[in-house]
Amino acid sequence: MPTLVSHPDEVKVVSRRFGQGAADIDKYVELDGYKAVQEAIAKGPEWIINEMKASGLRGRGGAGFPTGMKWSFVPKQSEKPKYVLVNGDESEPGTCKDHVLFLHDPHSVIEGTMIAGLAIGSKLGFIYLRGEYRYLLKIVEKAVADAYAKGFLGKNIFGTGVDFDVITQTGAGAYEVGEESALMESLEGKRGVPRIKPPFPAVVGLYGGPTVINNAETIANAPHILLMGGEAYAKLGSERNGGTRLFGISGHVERPGVYELPMGYSLRKAIYDVAGGIKDGKKLKAIVPGGSSCPVMLPEEIDVGLDFDQMGKAGTMLGSGGIVVLDETVSIVEFALRTIAFYQHESCGWCIPCREGTDWIKKTLTRVYNGGGNKKDVDNVQYLAENMLGRTFCPLGDAAAMPTIAFVKKFRKEFEDYIAGNKAGTPIITVEQLVGAH
Amino acid sequence: MSEIANTIFSPELAARFDKLVTIYPLRRSALVPMLLYAQDEVGYVSDAVIAEIAERIGLLELDVRNVLSYYSMLRTKPAGKYNVQVCTNISCMLRGGYEILDHCKHKLGIGHKETTSDGVFSLEEVECIGACCWAPAIQINYDFHDDLTPEKVDVLFQMYRDGQGKDVK
Repeated sequence: MPTLVSHPDEVKVVSRRFGQGAADIDKYVELDGYKAVQEAIAKGPEWIINEMKASGLRGRGGAGFPTGMKWSFVPKQSEKPKYVLVNGDESEPGTCKDHVLFLHDPHSVIEGTMIAGLAIGSKLGFIYLRGEYRYLLKIVEKAVADAYAKGFLGKNIFGTGVDFDVITQTGAGAYEVGEESALMESLEGKRGVPRIKPPFPAVVGLYGGPTVINNAETIANAPHILLMGGEAYAKLGSERNGGTRLFGISGHVERPGVYELPMGYSLRKAIYDVAGGIKDGKKLKAIVPGGSSCPVMLPEEIDVGLDFDQMGKAGTMLGSGGIVVLDETVSIVEFALRTIAFYQHESCGWCIPCREGTDWIKKTLTRVYNGGGNKKDVDNVQYLAENMLGRTFCPLGDAAAMPTIAFVKKFRKEFEDYIAGNKAGTPIITVEQLVGAH
Repeated sequence: MSEIANTIFSPELAARFDKLVTIYPLRRSALVPMLLYAQDEVGYVSDAVIAEIAERIGLLELDVRNVLSYYSMLRTKPAGKYNVQVCTNISCMLRGGYEILDHCKHKLGIGHKETTSDGVFSLEEVECIGACCWAPAIQINYDFHDDLTPEKVDVLFQMYRDGQGKDVK
C-alpha cells in the first residue's frame, strides 16, 4: 500500500483530503465534496470556463495545455453527443500520482468529470484506468455507485433537472493508450493506435463526437478551483502556471513519495529538502524530471522552477511530474538502454520511424553496453533519434527520441568510454537479462 | 439466464457481460474489459472465450484476436494461479528491481513468462506498474506489493502458497 508522505513546503489542494477516508462518500461530502458541482450547475458553463481559464491550470498529464482553453474549444452546438474522457491510464515510467489520487480521493475525479461535462454540455463521462490498477478501479466503481445512490449522478442530479452519467473503464496493459487518440480507440474496443490530428478530439473525438480528454489529476483540480476561485488558485503557482501539482519523487532519494508542491517550486529543494536528499549520502549524477520521456538534467542544472515554461527553457520538460533521481553509481549507458528498451516494447508499430527507430537504437545501445560497440555508434544513435522527432502520429516517438538525444549529448564521454572498454557506473543488468524479456 | 445459450462463463460473469454490452454508446466498447474479466475467471483468453465474446458483441473472431494481441495483460495461454509481475522499469531498477526479479527466478525456479510445475506461480517481467515512489514493487495478480526486499518476497510467496494471499479480482 502506498505510504503517504508530507513536507512543510507542500501546498495541499488536490491532496488535501488524502489520508482522511474521503473515498467514503459521506466523508467526502463532509469535506466540501460535491459543493463545487452544485455551484457549477447554478452558475452555468460560461462561469465554469472563465474560472478554469483564470486558474491557469495546465494539463497535468504532461503536455501542459491550458485546461480552460481546451474546454472552450468544444463547439456549443453539436449533432453528435459530447463526451468527457478522464485519462487514468497512468503509465509513464516514474509516475504514480494518479495511483494515490484514485486511492484517497476518487470522488474528486468524479466531481471534476461532472464539472467538465457541465462546461462543455456533455451528459456522459468516462473514467479510464489502466488495467493494472484493478484495486483502484474497484474504489472508483464503488465511489460512482455511491454517487448514483445519493442522486449525485444519473437523471435529475441534485434535483436540478440536469442529467449526467459516468462509466468506468479498464484498460488491459498498453503504455500507448495513455495518448489521447489511442485512448479513444481503446475505449471504442480497438487496438490502441493513435489517430491523425486534426481533427482534434474537441471536434471529432470519442464515437465521432466532440470530446474533452483530461488527465485524472487535471480533472480532480476542477472542484477545488471552483471552490476557491480561479484567481486564488492561479496565485498558488508561478506565472502562467497556475496552482499546485502532485510530484512523485522516486529513485535514489531518502524520502521518495508523492508530494504536492506549488508550480514553480525549486527542483533543487524538491530533491534535497522535500525528498530528503540523495540516498545514503551519495552524490547526485542525473535527474529525469518528468517521467522517462523527459530529457535528462545534470546536477548543475537543477536551480530551476518546476513549471512548464521554466523547465522548457532549461531544455527539458515538466512532463508528468515524476522526478527520477540517479546517484553517482548509475551507469548512464545502462539507464539509456533500459529507457529505450521500454519504448521499443511499447511502440505500437503504427508509425515506421518509431517502430524501427526504437528497435535500432535499442540494438545499437545493446552492442555499446555489451562492449562490442564501434566509434560510429554514438553518432548513429543520435541520428536515429533525431530522425524520429516530429515524424510520428503520436508523441511516443518523440518520447523515445528526446531522452535518448539528451543522454548521448550530456553523457557522450560515458558512451565513448564504454566503446573503448571503460565502463562507468555500476551496471545492474546484463544484456541477457535485458533482452530476455523485451 | 444469459443472453448466450451454453455460456462458458459463470452465471455471475455472464450476467455482468449481458449488462456490460448495453451501457456504452457502442457495444464494441465492452470488448477490452470483457477480455480481461474473462481471463480473470478462465485463467487465459481461450478459443472458447474468444468465440463467445465475439458472439456477444457481434464481431468476427478475427477482430477479437486482432484487439487482444495488442494488450500486454491479455494472454492466450494458461498461467499459474498467481502471476508474479516484477517491475524493472527505471524507478524500480534504481532501487533493486532486477535483484527482486533474479530472486523470484531463483526461488520459483522459472524464467520470464514461465509457470511452476505445480501451477501455483508464474513469473513475468513487466514495465512500469505505477508504484515508482514505493519501489521496488511487484504485482501478484492485481495485488500490489511494494518497498520489497528478497526476504519480503519469500514471506509473500509462502503466504500465497498457504492460501493467505490477497486475490484482488
